[in-house]
Amino acid sequence: MKSFAPIALVIAVLTAVPLLVHSNVVLNFLVVALMIALAGQGWNILGGYGGQYSFGHAIFFGTGAYVTAILQVQYGINAWLAFGAGIVAGAAVGVVVGWLAFRAGLRGSYFALVTLAFAEVLRILASVAPITGAGVGTLVKLDLRFAALQFESRALFYWLILALVAVALVVTYAVERSRFGAWLTAVRENEDAARALGVDAVAVKLGAMVISGAITAAAGCFYVQYFLFVDSHIAYGAWISVEALLTPIIGGAGTIFGPLVGALVVKALGEGALLVTGQAPGLDLVVFGIVLIAVVGLSPRGIVGLRQQLGARFGSRRGAGEASRG
Amino acid sequence: MAEPLLSVEGVSRRFGGLLAVGGVSMAVREGSITALIGPNGAGKTTMFALISGFLKPSDGIVRFGGADVTGEPAHRLARRGIARTFQIVQPFAGLTVRENIRVGAHLRHPERSAAFAAAEAVAREVGLEGLLDAPADSLTVAGRKRLELAKALATEPKLLLLDEVLAGLNPSEIRDIIPVIRSLRDRGITILMIEHVMQAVMSLAERVYVLAEGRLIAEGTPEGVAADAAVIEAYLGHGAAKRLARSP
Repeated sequence: MKSFAPIALVIAVLTAVPLLVHSNVVLNFLVVALMIALAGQGWNILGGYGGQYSFGHAIFFGTGAYVTAILQVQYGINAWLAFGAGIVAGAAVGVVVGWLAFRAGLRGSYFALVTLAFAEVLRILASVAPITGAGVGTLVKLDLRFAALQFESRALFYWLILALVAVALVVTYAVERSRFGAWLTAVRENEDAARALGVDAVAVKLGAMVISGAITAAAGCFYVQYFLFVDSHIAYGAWISVEALLTPIIGGAGTIFGPLVGALVVKALGEGALLVTGQAPGLDLVVFGIVLIAVVGLSPRGIVGLRQQLGARFGSRRGAGEASRG
Repeated sequence: MAEPLLSVEGVSRRFGGLLAVGGVSMAVREGSITALIGPNGAGKTTMFALISGFLKPSDGIVRFGGADVTGEPAHRLARRGIARTFQIVQPFAGLTVRENIRVGAHLRHPERSAAFAAAEAVAREVGLEGLLDAPADSLTVAGRKRLELAKALATEPKLLLLDEVLAGLNPSEIRDIIPVIRSLRDRGITILMIEHVMQAVMSLAERVYVLAEGRLIAEGTPEGVAADAAVIEAYLGHGAAKRLARSP
Protein backbone atom coordinates (compact mmCIF):
# COMPACT_ATOMS: atom_id res chain seq x y z
CA MET A 1 0.00 0.00 0.00
CA LYS A 2 1.38 3.36 -1.03
CA SER A 3 0.24 5.68 1.73
CA PHE A 4 -0.85 5.82 5.32
CA ALA A 5 -4.09 7.70 4.58
CA PRO A 6 -6.44 4.68 4.21
CA ILE A 7 -5.43 3.41 7.65
CA ALA A 8 -6.11 6.79 9.27
CA LEU A 9 -9.47 6.98 7.50
CA VAL A 10 -10.61 3.50 8.53
CA ILE A 11 -9.59 4.09 12.14
CA ALA A 12 -11.35 7.47 12.21
CA VAL A 13 -14.58 5.97 10.87
CA LEU A 14 -14.48 3.05 13.30
CA THR A 15 -13.71 5.37 16.22
CA ALA A 16 -16.94 7.26 15.55
CA VAL A 17 -19.16 4.16 15.62
CA PRO A 18 -20.00 4.14 19.39
CA LEU A 19 -20.96 7.82 19.14
CA LEU A 20 -23.64 6.95 16.61
CA VAL A 21 -24.63 3.42 17.63
CA HIS A 22 -25.69 2.79 21.22
CA SER A 23 -26.99 -0.75 20.88
CA ASN A 24 -25.07 -3.07 23.20
CA VAL A 25 -25.70 -5.98 20.85
CA VAL A 26 -24.04 -4.19 17.94
CA LEU A 27 -21.13 -2.99 20.06
CA ASN A 28 -20.62 -6.45 21.52
CA PHE A 29 -20.58 -7.89 18.01
CA LEU A 30 -18.00 -5.32 16.90
CA VAL A 31 -15.80 -5.86 19.95
CA VAL A 32 -15.65 -9.60 19.32
CA ALA A 33 -15.09 -9.09 15.59
CA LEU A 34 -12.23 -6.66 16.28
CA MET A 35 -10.71 -9.11 18.77
CA ILE A 36 -10.74 -11.83 16.10
CA ALA A 37 -9.35 -9.30 13.62
CA LEU A 38 -6.45 -8.63 16.02
CA ALA A 39 -5.71 -12.34 16.36
CA GLY A 40 -5.83 -12.56 12.56
CA GLN A 41 -3.51 -9.58 12.17
CA GLY A 42 -0.94 -11.48 14.18
CA TRP A 43 -1.37 -14.54 11.97
CA ASN A 44 -1.15 -12.35 8.86
CA ILE A 45 2.41 -11.16 9.63
CA LEU A 46 3.74 -14.71 9.76
CA GLY A 47 1.33 -16.45 7.39
CA GLY A 48 0.30 -13.70 5.00
CA TYR A 49 3.61 -11.90 4.56
CA GLY A 50 5.98 -14.73 5.55
CA GLY A 51 4.10 -17.65 3.99
CA GLN A 52 4.50 -19.73 7.17
CA TYR A 53 1.00 -21.12 7.71
CA SER A 54 0.39 -21.68 11.38
CA PHE A 55 -2.51 -23.94 12.37
CA GLY A 56 -1.91 -23.25 16.02
CA HIS A 57 -2.06 -19.55 16.74
CA ALA A 58 -3.99 -20.50 19.88
CA ILE A 59 -0.46 -20.90 21.27
CA PHE A 60 -0.19 -17.12 21.44
CA PHE A 61 -3.82 -16.24 22.14
CA GLY A 62 -3.91 -18.67 25.05
CA THR A 63 -0.56 -17.60 26.45
CA GLY A 64 -1.62 -13.94 26.41
CA ALA A 65 -4.94 -14.83 28.06
CA TYR A 66 -3.48 -17.03 30.79
CA VAL A 67 -0.60 -14.69 31.64
CA THR A 68 -3.00 -11.74 31.97
CA ALA A 69 -5.41 -13.74 34.12
CA ILE A 70 -2.91 -15.58 36.31
CA LEU A 71 -0.77 -12.55 37.10
CA GLN A 72 -3.85 -10.69 38.34
CA VAL A 73 -5.57 -13.53 40.16
CA GLN A 74 -2.64 -15.43 41.66
CA TYR A 75 -0.09 -12.63 42.08
CA GLY A 76 -2.27 -9.57 42.48
CA ILE A 77 -0.45 -7.69 39.75
CA ASN A 78 -2.08 -4.62 38.19
CA ALA A 79 -4.23 -5.48 35.18
CA TRP A 80 -2.46 -3.07 32.83
CA LEU A 81 0.91 -4.57 33.72
CA ALA A 82 -0.51 -8.07 33.39
CA PHE A 83 -1.85 -7.13 29.95
CA GLY A 84 1.60 -5.93 28.88
CA ALA A 85 3.22 -9.04 30.34
CA GLY A 86 0.79 -11.19 28.34
CA ILE A 87 1.94 -9.54 25.11
CA VAL A 88 5.61 -9.99 26.03
CA ALA A 89 4.91 -13.64 26.91
CA GLY A 90 3.36 -14.12 23.44
CA ALA A 91 6.52 -12.76 21.84
CA ALA A 92 8.68 -15.00 24.04
CA VAL A 93 6.69 -18.11 23.15
CA GLY A 94 7.14 -17.05 19.52
CA VAL A 95 10.91 -17.15 20.00
CA VAL A 96 10.81 -20.64 21.51
CA VAL A 97 8.39 -22.24 19.02
CA GLY A 98 9.97 -20.42 16.07
CA TRP A 99 13.49 -21.35 17.09
CA LEU A 100 12.57 -25.02 17.44
CA ALA A 101 10.57 -25.17 14.20
CA PHE A 102 12.74 -23.03 11.91
CA ARG A 103 16.10 -24.31 13.17
CA ALA A 104 14.83 -27.79 12.34
CA GLY A 105 14.07 -26.48 8.84
CA LEU A 106 10.34 -27.24 9.01
CA ARG A 107 8.43 -25.73 6.11
CA GLY A 108 4.92 -25.82 4.71
CA SER A 109 2.63 -28.47 6.10
CA TYR A 110 5.28 -29.69 8.55
CA PHE A 111 5.43 -26.27 10.15
CA ALA A 112 1.62 -26.13 10.24
CA LEU A 113 1.40 -29.50 11.97
CA VAL A 114 4.04 -28.60 14.55
CA THR A 115 2.18 -25.42 15.53
CA LEU A 116 -1.02 -27.43 15.80
CA ALA A 117 0.77 -29.94 18.04
CA PHE A 118 2.19 -27.19 20.27
CA ALA A 119 -1.28 -25.72 20.74
CA GLU A 120 -2.71 -29.12 21.66
CA VAL A 121 0.10 -29.85 24.13
CA LEU A 122 -0.46 -26.48 25.79
CA ARG A 123 -4.22 -27.08 25.90
CA ILE A 124 -3.73 -30.40 27.67
CA LEU A 125 -1.16 -28.96 30.08
CA ALA A 126 -3.47 -26.03 30.88
CA SER A 127 -6.36 -28.40 31.53
CA VAL A 128 -4.43 -30.21 34.30
CA ALA A 129 -1.97 -27.67 35.75
CA PRO A 130 -3.06 -26.20 39.11
CA ILE A 131 -1.84 -22.68 38.24
CA THR A 132 -4.29 -22.35 35.32
CA GLY A 133 -7.19 -23.52 37.45
CA ALA A 134 -7.05 -26.85 35.59
CA GLY A 135 -10.48 -27.96 34.35
CA VAL A 136 -12.32 -25.23 36.24
CA GLY A 137 -10.53 -22.33 34.59
CA THR A 138 -9.56 -18.95 35.99
CA LEU A 139 -12.05 -16.28 36.91
CA VAL A 140 -10.95 -12.65 37.10
CA LYS A 141 -12.74 -10.71 39.83
CA LEU A 142 -15.22 -8.11 38.60
CA ASP A 143 -13.73 -4.71 39.40
CA LEU A 144 -15.10 -2.00 37.15
CA ARG A 145 -12.34 0.55 37.53
CA PHE A 146 -10.04 2.06 34.94
CA ALA A 147 -7.04 0.96 37.05
CA ALA A 148 -8.25 -2.64 36.81
CA LEU A 149 -8.67 -2.34 33.03
CA GLN A 150 -12.39 -3.05 33.25
CA PHE A 151 -15.05 -0.70 31.96
CA GLU A 152 -18.74 -0.44 32.61
CA SER A 153 -19.30 1.03 29.19
CA ARG A 154 -19.02 -1.22 26.15
CA ALA A 155 -17.80 1.78 24.18
CA LEU A 156 -14.60 2.00 26.23
CA PHE A 157 -13.85 -1.69 25.59
CA TYR A 158 -14.60 -1.03 21.95
CA TRP A 159 -12.11 1.83 21.82
CA LEU A 160 -9.49 -0.27 23.62
CA ILE A 161 -9.68 -3.13 21.13
CA LEU A 162 -9.86 -0.63 18.26
CA ALA A 163 -6.68 1.02 19.54
CA LEU A 164 -4.96 -2.38 19.59
CA VAL A 165 -6.17 -3.12 16.05
CA ALA A 166 -4.92 0.33 14.98
CA VAL A 167 -1.47 -0.37 16.43
CA ALA A 168 -1.41 -3.70 14.61
CA LEU A 169 -2.41 -1.96 11.34
CA VAL A 170 0.44 0.52 11.76
CA VAL A 171 2.89 -2.28 12.60
CA THR A 172 1.77 -4.18 9.51
CA TYR A 173 2.16 -1.04 7.39
CA ALA A 174 5.66 -0.49 8.79
CA VAL A 175 6.60 -4.13 8.17
CA GLU A 176 5.28 -3.98 4.61
CA ARG A 177 7.47 -1.00 3.74
CA SER A 178 10.63 -2.03 5.60
CA ARG A 179 13.63 -4.07 4.57
CA PHE A 180 12.47 -6.72 7.02
CA GLY A 181 9.15 -6.90 5.16
CA ALA A 182 10.84 -7.15 1.77
CA TRP A 183 12.98 -10.00 3.06
CA LEU A 184 10.00 -11.69 4.68
CA THR A 185 8.02 -11.57 1.43
CA ALA A 186 11.06 -12.85 -0.44
CA VAL A 187 11.26 -15.83 1.93
CA ARG A 188 7.57 -16.51 1.28
CA GLU A 189 8.02 -16.41 -2.48
CA ASN A 190 11.25 -18.40 -2.69
CA GLU A 191 13.39 -19.18 0.31
CA ASP A 192 16.49 -20.38 -1.58
CA ALA A 193 16.51 -17.36 -3.86
CA ALA A 194 16.21 -15.12 -0.81
CA ARG A 195 19.17 -16.79 0.91
CA ALA A 196 21.27 -16.30 -2.21
CA LEU A 197 20.60 -12.56 -1.90
CA GLY A 198 21.91 -12.42 1.65
CA VAL A 199 18.66 -12.99 3.53
CA ASP A 200 19.07 -14.90 6.79
CA ALA A 201 15.85 -16.86 6.34
CA VAL A 202 15.78 -18.34 9.85
CA ALA A 203 16.28 -14.94 11.50
CA VAL A 204 13.63 -13.29 9.32
CA LYS A 205 11.04 -15.99 10.02
CA LEU A 206 11.86 -15.88 13.70
CA GLY A 207 11.35 -12.11 13.73
CA ALA A 208 7.98 -12.54 12.05
CA MET A 209 7.01 -15.20 14.59
CA VAL A 210 7.82 -12.82 17.46
CA ILE A 211 5.75 -9.93 16.05
CA SER A 212 2.98 -12.34 15.12
CA GLY A 213 2.98 -13.92 18.59
CA ALA A 214 2.86 -10.57 20.36
CA ILE A 215 -0.12 -9.32 18.32
CA THR A 216 -2.18 -12.49 18.65
CA ALA A 217 -1.34 -12.65 22.36
CA ALA A 218 -2.78 -9.14 22.75
CA ALA A 219 -6.11 -10.51 21.50
CA GLY A 220 -5.95 -13.15 24.23
CA CYS A 221 -5.13 -10.54 26.88
CA PHE A 222 -8.13 -8.53 25.74
CA TYR A 223 -10.37 -11.59 25.86
CA VAL A 224 -9.66 -12.05 29.56
CA GLN A 225 -10.37 -8.40 30.44
CA TYR A 226 -13.60 -8.47 28.43
CA PHE A 227 -15.06 -11.82 29.51
CA LEU A 228 -13.20 -12.11 32.85
CA PHE A 229 -12.86 -15.85 32.40
CA VAL A 230 -10.53 -18.26 30.66
CA ASP A 231 -10.15 -22.03 30.55
CA SER A 232 -8.07 -24.39 28.46
CA HIS A 233 -10.66 -24.78 25.69
CA ILE A 234 -11.01 -21.05 25.23
CA ALA A 235 -7.31 -20.26 25.54
CA TYR A 236 -5.68 -23.02 23.55
CA GLY A 237 -8.72 -24.41 21.71
CA ALA A 238 -8.83 -25.01 17.98
CA TRP A 239 -11.56 -22.36 17.55
CA ILE A 240 -9.15 -19.46 17.85
CA SER A 241 -6.45 -21.12 15.72
CA VAL A 242 -9.09 -21.54 13.01
CA GLU A 243 -10.47 -18.01 13.26
CA ALA A 244 -6.99 -16.47 13.38
CA LEU A 245 -6.13 -18.07 10.06
CA LEU A 246 -9.55 -17.94 8.37
CA THR A 247 -10.08 -14.22 8.75
CA PRO A 248 -6.86 -13.12 7.02
CA ILE A 249 -7.22 -15.77 4.30
CA ILE A 250 -10.81 -14.75 3.57
CA GLY A 251 -10.05 -11.05 3.87
CA GLY A 252 -6.77 -11.20 1.98
CA ALA A 253 -3.57 -12.76 3.34
CA GLY A 254 -0.54 -10.54 3.03
CA THR A 255 -2.60 -7.36 2.80
CA ILE A 256 -2.88 -4.71 5.52
CA PHE A 257 -6.67 -4.71 5.78
CA GLY A 258 -7.21 -8.42 5.05
CA PRO A 259 -7.74 -9.61 8.64
CA LEU A 260 -10.01 -6.69 9.55
CA VAL A 261 -12.20 -7.10 6.47
CA GLY A 262 -12.22 -10.88 6.88
CA ALA A 263 -13.20 -10.73 10.56
CA LEU A 264 -16.07 -8.31 9.95
CA VAL A 265 -17.42 -10.32 7.00
CA VAL A 266 -17.04 -13.73 8.61
CA LYS A 267 -18.48 -12.66 11.95
CA ALA A 268 -21.40 -10.86 10.29
CA LEU A 269 -22.23 -13.91 8.18
CA GLY A 270 -21.87 -16.23 11.17
CA GLU A 271 -24.14 -14.11 13.37
CA GLY A 272 -26.59 -13.67 10.52
CA ALA A 273 -26.84 -17.41 10.00
CA LEU A 274 -27.45 -18.00 13.70
CA LEU A 275 -30.19 -15.36 13.74
CA VAL A 276 -31.98 -16.70 10.69
CA THR A 277 -31.97 -20.34 11.81
CA GLY A 278 -32.56 -19.68 15.47
CA GLN A 279 -29.14 -20.58 16.88
CA ALA A 280 -28.63 -23.92 15.10
CA PRO A 281 -25.39 -25.13 16.70
CA GLY A 282 -22.31 -25.22 14.46
CA LEU A 283 -24.00 -23.35 11.66
CA ASP A 284 -21.56 -20.46 11.87
CA LEU A 285 -18.78 -22.98 11.17
CA VAL A 286 -20.64 -24.17 8.09
CA VAL A 287 -20.82 -20.56 6.93
CA PHE A 288 -17.08 -20.13 7.51
CA GLY A 289 -16.46 -23.18 5.36
CA ILE A 290 -18.66 -21.99 2.52
CA VAL A 291 -17.13 -18.50 2.55
CA LEU A 292 -13.63 -19.99 2.60
CA ILE A 293 -14.35 -22.22 -0.40
CA ALA A 294 -15.96 -19.34 -2.29
CA VAL A 295 -13.07 -16.99 -1.61
CA VAL A 296 -10.33 -19.49 -2.42
CA GLY A 297 -12.18 -20.45 -5.60
CA LEU A 298 -13.00 -16.96 -6.83
CA SER A 299 -10.20 -14.82 -5.47
CA PRO A 300 -7.15 -16.51 -3.96
CA ARG A 301 -6.03 -13.16 -2.60
CA GLY A 302 -9.15 -12.75 -0.52
CA ILE A 303 -11.77 -10.03 -0.47
CA VAL A 304 -9.16 -7.26 -0.59
CA GLY A 305 -7.55 -9.03 -3.54
CA LEU A 306 -10.93 -9.35 -5.25
CA ARG A 307 -11.26 -5.58 -5.27
CA GLN A 308 -7.85 -5.23 -6.94
CA GLN A 309 -8.74 -7.99 -9.37
CA LEU A 310 -12.00 -6.30 -10.36
CA GLY A 311 -10.22 -2.96 -10.67
CA ALA A 312 -7.74 -4.52 -13.08
CA ARG A 313 -10.55 -6.15 -15.06
CA PHE A 314 -12.64 -3.03 -15.53
CA GLY A 315 -9.58 -0.89 -15.97
CA SER A 316 -8.35 -2.91 -18.93
CA ARG A 317 -9.89 -2.63 -22.37
CA ARG A 318 -12.82 -4.91 -22.93
CA GLY A 319 -11.97 -8.01 -24.93
CA ALA A 320 -8.27 -7.28 -24.73
CA GLY A 321 -7.78 -10.95 -23.96
CA GLU A 322 -6.74 -10.50 -20.37
CA ALA A 323 -6.48 -13.75 -18.53
CA SER A 324 -8.71 -14.51 -15.58
CA ARG A 325 -6.69 -15.29 -12.50
CA GLY A 326 -9.55 -17.00 -10.71
CA MET B 1 51.34 -13.29 -8.32
CA ALA B 2 48.54 -11.73 -6.26
CA GLU B 3 46.33 -13.99 -4.22
CA PRO B 4 43.23 -15.09 -6.14
CA LEU B 5 39.85 -13.67 -5.06
CA LEU B 6 38.43 -17.17 -4.81
CA SER B 7 40.38 -20.31 -4.29
CA VAL B 8 39.04 -23.80 -3.88
CA GLU B 9 41.46 -26.33 -2.46
CA GLY B 10 40.81 -30.07 -2.73
CA VAL B 11 37.07 -29.73 -2.26
CA SER B 12 34.92 -32.88 -2.25
CA ARG B 13 31.25 -33.47 -1.72
CA ARG B 14 29.62 -36.84 -1.19
CA PHE B 15 25.91 -37.64 -1.28
CA GLY B 16 25.78 -40.95 0.54
CA GLY B 17 27.91 -43.27 -1.56
CA LEU B 18 28.03 -40.94 -4.56
CA LEU B 19 31.04 -38.68 -4.98
CA ALA B 20 29.55 -35.64 -6.76
CA VAL B 21 32.74 -33.59 -6.61
CA GLY B 22 36.12 -35.10 -5.78
CA GLY B 23 39.24 -33.18 -4.79
CA VAL B 24 38.67 -30.15 -7.04
CA SER B 25 41.06 -27.22 -6.80
CA MET B 26 40.63 -24.02 -8.74
CA ALA B 27 41.53 -20.35 -8.48
CA VAL B 28 39.68 -17.32 -9.78
CA ARG B 29 41.81 -14.23 -10.30
CA GLU B 30 40.30 -10.92 -9.24
CA GLY B 31 38.85 -9.02 -12.21
CA SER B 32 38.76 -12.04 -14.51
CA ILE B 33 36.07 -14.03 -16.22
CA THR B 34 36.61 -17.70 -15.53
CA ALA B 35 34.49 -20.48 -16.97
CA LEU B 36 33.59 -23.86 -15.53
CA ILE B 37 32.53 -26.33 -18.20
CA GLY B 38 31.89 -30.02 -18.48
CA PRO B 39 29.33 -32.55 -19.70
CA ASN B 40 25.96 -32.92 -17.98
CA GLY B 41 26.24 -34.38 -14.50
CA ALA B 42 29.88 -33.40 -14.14
CA GLY B 43 29.25 -31.64 -10.82
CA LYS B 44 29.38 -28.02 -11.99
CA THR B 45 26.24 -26.88 -10.21
CA THR B 46 27.30 -28.82 -7.09
CA MET B 47 30.57 -26.89 -7.26
CA PHE B 48 28.58 -23.62 -7.31
CA ALA B 49 26.48 -24.73 -4.37
CA LEU B 50 29.67 -25.48 -2.43
CA ILE B 51 31.20 -22.10 -3.22
CA SER B 52 28.02 -20.12 -2.47
CA GLY B 53 27.21 -21.89 0.80
CA PHE B 54 24.14 -23.86 -0.26
CA LEU B 55 26.04 -27.08 0.40
CA LYS B 56 28.85 -27.78 2.85
CA PRO B 57 31.94 -29.51 1.46
CA SER B 58 32.65 -32.98 2.83
CA ASP B 59 36.33 -32.13 2.48
CA GLY B 60 38.59 -29.29 1.41
CA ILE B 61 38.81 -25.54 1.85
CA VAL B 62 37.10 -22.59 0.15
CA ARG B 63 38.87 -19.23 0.48
CA PHE B 64 37.34 -15.93 -0.51
CA GLY B 65 39.29 -12.68 -0.34
CA GLY B 66 41.95 -14.41 1.74
CA ALA B 67 39.53 -15.66 4.42
CA ASP B 68 38.60 -19.28 5.00
CA VAL B 69 34.86 -19.37 4.31
CA THR B 70 34.40 -23.14 4.14
CA GLY B 71 30.91 -24.15 5.22
CA GLU B 72 29.61 -20.63 5.86
CA PRO B 73 25.88 -20.31 5.14
CA ALA B 74 24.70 -18.69 1.91
CA HIS B 75 23.40 -15.44 3.39
CA ARG B 76 26.70 -14.72 5.12
CA LEU B 77 28.68 -15.37 1.93
CA ALA B 78 26.34 -13.01 0.10
CA ARG B 79 27.25 -10.38 2.68
CA ARG B 80 30.94 -11.05 2.01
CA GLY B 81 30.31 -10.41 -1.68
CA ILE B 82 29.51 -13.72 -3.38
CA ALA B 83 26.33 -13.64 -5.46
CA ARG B 84 24.95 -16.46 -7.55
CA THR B 85 22.28 -17.02 -10.14
CA PHE B 86 20.36 -20.26 -10.42
CA GLN B 87 20.39 -22.50 -13.47
CA ILE B 88 16.64 -22.92 -13.06
CA VAL B 89 15.64 -19.29 -12.58
CA GLN B 90 14.19 -18.48 -9.18
CA PRO B 91 12.15 -15.28 -9.41
CA PHE B 92 9.94 -14.10 -6.56
CA ALA B 93 6.97 -14.89 -8.77
CA GLY B 94 4.32 -12.87 -6.94
CA LEU B 95 6.37 -9.66 -6.98
CA THR B 96 7.12 -7.12 -9.70
CA VAL B 97 10.51 -6.86 -11.37
CA ARG B 98 11.26 -3.76 -9.29
CA GLU B 99 10.38 -5.54 -6.03
CA ASN B 100 12.42 -8.58 -7.04
CA ILE B 101 15.57 -6.56 -7.59
CA ARG B 102 14.87 -4.50 -4.45
CA VAL B 103 15.26 -7.63 -2.31
CA GLY B 104 18.86 -7.94 -3.45
CA ALA B 105 19.49 -4.20 -3.17
CA HIS B 106 18.44 -4.22 0.48
CA LEU B 107 21.60 -6.12 1.37
CA ARG B 108 23.67 -2.93 1.04
CA HIS B 109 20.84 -0.36 1.29
CA PRO B 110 18.66 -0.73 4.41
CA GLU B 111 16.57 2.31 3.43
CA ARG B 112 13.53 1.63 1.28
CA SER B 113 14.01 4.55 -1.14
CA ALA B 114 17.74 3.87 -1.53
CA ALA B 115 17.02 0.21 -2.25
CA PHE B 116 14.47 1.09 -4.92
CA ALA B 117 16.86 3.61 -6.48
CA ALA B 118 19.64 1.01 -6.54
CA ALA B 119 17.23 -1.55 -8.02
CA GLU B 120 16.31 0.82 -10.85
CA ALA B 121 19.98 1.48 -11.62
CA VAL B 122 20.63 -2.27 -11.86
CA ALA B 123 17.56 -2.74 -14.06
CA ARG B 124 18.97 -0.17 -16.52
CA GLU B 125 22.32 -1.96 -16.55
CA VAL B 126 20.79 -5.29 -17.58
CA GLY B 127 18.14 -3.81 -19.87
CA LEU B 128 15.03 -4.36 -17.76
CA GLU B 129 14.19 -0.69 -17.22
CA GLY B 130 11.06 -0.92 -19.37
CA LEU B 131 9.64 -3.83 -17.36
CA LEU B 132 10.09 -2.55 -13.80
CA ASP B 133 6.39 -2.77 -12.95
CA ALA B 134 5.73 -6.06 -14.72
CA PRO B 135 5.00 -9.09 -12.52
CA ALA B 136 8.03 -11.38 -12.52
CA ASP B 137 5.95 -14.34 -13.67
CA SER B 138 4.92 -12.48 -16.85
CA LEU B 139 8.49 -12.28 -18.18
CA THR B 140 9.82 -14.27 -21.14
CA VAL B 141 12.69 -16.73 -20.65
CA ALA B 142 15.18 -14.07 -21.70
CA GLY B 143 13.57 -11.59 -19.32
CA ARG B 144 13.74 -14.04 -16.45
CA LYS B 145 17.42 -14.67 -17.12
CA ARG B 146 18.07 -10.94 -17.01
CA LEU B 147 16.06 -10.66 -13.80
CA GLU B 148 18.09 -13.48 -12.27
CA LEU B 149 21.23 -11.56 -13.16
CA ALA B 150 19.78 -8.27 -11.88
CA LYS B 151 18.85 -9.70 -8.47
CA ALA B 152 22.37 -11.03 -7.98
CA LEU B 153 23.94 -7.77 -9.18
CA ALA B 154 21.81 -5.75 -6.80
CA THR B 155 23.70 -7.29 -3.87
CA GLU B 156 26.78 -5.46 -5.24
CA PRO B 157 28.96 -8.57 -5.32
CA LYS B 158 32.71 -8.87 -5.71
CA LEU B 159 32.31 -12.33 -7.21
CA LEU B 160 29.40 -13.25 -9.42
CA LEU B 161 28.61 -16.92 -10.04
CA LEU B 162 26.59 -17.30 -13.23
CA ASP B 163 24.96 -20.70 -13.67
CA GLU B 164 24.06 -21.05 -17.35
CA VAL B 165 22.56 -17.60 -17.82
CA LEU B 166 22.63 -18.15 -21.59
CA ALA B 167 20.89 -21.52 -21.65
CA GLY B 168 17.53 -21.41 -23.38
CA LEU B 169 18.22 -18.13 -25.17
CA ASN B 170 18.20 -17.77 -28.93
CA PRO B 171 21.35 -16.59 -30.76
CA SER B 172 20.26 -12.97 -30.95
CA GLU B 173 19.42 -12.88 -27.24
CA ILE B 174 22.84 -14.38 -26.51
CA ARG B 175 24.46 -11.70 -28.66
CA ASP B 176 22.60 -9.07 -26.60
CA ILE B 177 23.66 -10.35 -23.21
CA ILE B 178 27.35 -11.11 -23.82
CA PRO B 179 28.31 -7.40 -23.80
CA VAL B 180 26.41 -6.99 -20.54
CA ILE B 181 28.54 -9.68 -18.91
CA ARG B 182 31.71 -8.17 -20.31
CA SER B 183 30.79 -4.70 -19.01
CA LEU B 184 30.29 -6.15 -15.53
CA ARG B 185 33.82 -7.50 -15.61
CA ASP B 186 35.06 -4.14 -16.89
CA ARG B 187 33.64 -2.36 -13.86
CA GLY B 188 35.46 -4.69 -11.50
CA ILE B 189 33.18 -7.66 -10.82
CA THR B 190 34.95 -10.98 -10.96
CA ILE B 191 32.90 -13.60 -12.78
CA LEU B 192 32.86 -17.37 -12.57
CA MET B 193 30.45 -18.87 -15.09
CA ILE B 194 29.07 -22.28 -15.85
CA GLU B 195 28.25 -22.30 -19.51
CA HIS B 196 27.40 -24.73 -22.29
CA VAL B 197 27.33 -22.10 -25.01
CA MET B 198 30.91 -22.48 -26.25
CA GLN B 199 30.76 -19.37 -28.40
CA ALA B 200 30.32 -17.38 -25.16
CA VAL B 201 33.03 -19.28 -23.28
CA MET B 202 35.55 -18.74 -26.08
CA SER B 203 34.81 -15.03 -26.38
CA LEU B 204 34.51 -14.17 -22.68
CA ALA B 205 36.64 -16.42 -20.50
CA GLU B 206 40.31 -15.92 -19.89
CA ARG B 207 40.64 -19.21 -18.03
CA VAL B 208 38.60 -22.40 -18.24
CA TYR B 209 38.25 -25.32 -15.83
CA VAL B 210 36.78 -28.57 -17.10
CA LEU B 211 34.94 -30.98 -14.82
CA ALA B 212 33.92 -34.51 -15.74
CA GLU B 213 32.36 -37.01 -13.36
CA GLY B 214 33.19 -34.80 -10.40
CA ARG B 215 36.89 -34.45 -11.17
CA LEU B 216 38.89 -31.66 -12.72
CA ILE B 217 40.25 -33.02 -15.99
CA ALA B 218 41.73 -29.90 -17.57
CA GLU B 219 42.40 -26.22 -17.06
CA GLY B 220 43.88 -23.46 -19.15
CA THR B 221 43.04 -20.95 -21.85
CA PRO B 222 39.85 -21.55 -23.85
CA GLU B 223 41.86 -22.53 -26.94
CA GLY B 224 44.13 -24.85 -24.97
CA VAL B 225 41.23 -26.60 -23.28
CA ALA B 226 39.32 -27.03 -26.53
CA ALA B 227 42.27 -28.89 -28.01
CA ASP B 228 42.85 -31.03 -24.92
CA ALA B 229 42.48 -34.75 -25.62
CA ALA B 230 40.94 -35.50 -22.20
CA VAL B 231 38.30 -32.82 -22.73
CA ILE B 232 37.36 -34.08 -26.17
CA GLU B 233 37.01 -37.59 -24.79
CA ALA B 234 34.86 -36.42 -21.90
CA TYR B 235 32.42 -34.81 -24.31
CA LEU B 236 32.55 -37.22 -27.24
CA GLY B 237 33.46 -40.55 -25.69
CA HIS B 238 36.50 -42.77 -25.27
CA GLY B 239 38.84 -42.75 -28.24
CA ALA B 240 37.25 -39.69 -29.83
CA ALA B 241 40.40 -37.61 -29.63
CA LYS B 242 42.39 -40.19 -31.58
CA ARG B 243 39.69 -40.57 -34.20
CA LEU B 244 39.49 -36.82 -34.64
CA ALA B 245 43.26 -36.57 -34.98
CA ARG B 246 43.27 -39.29 -37.68
CA SER B 247 40.52 -37.76 -39.79
CA PRO B 248 41.78 -35.15 -42.26
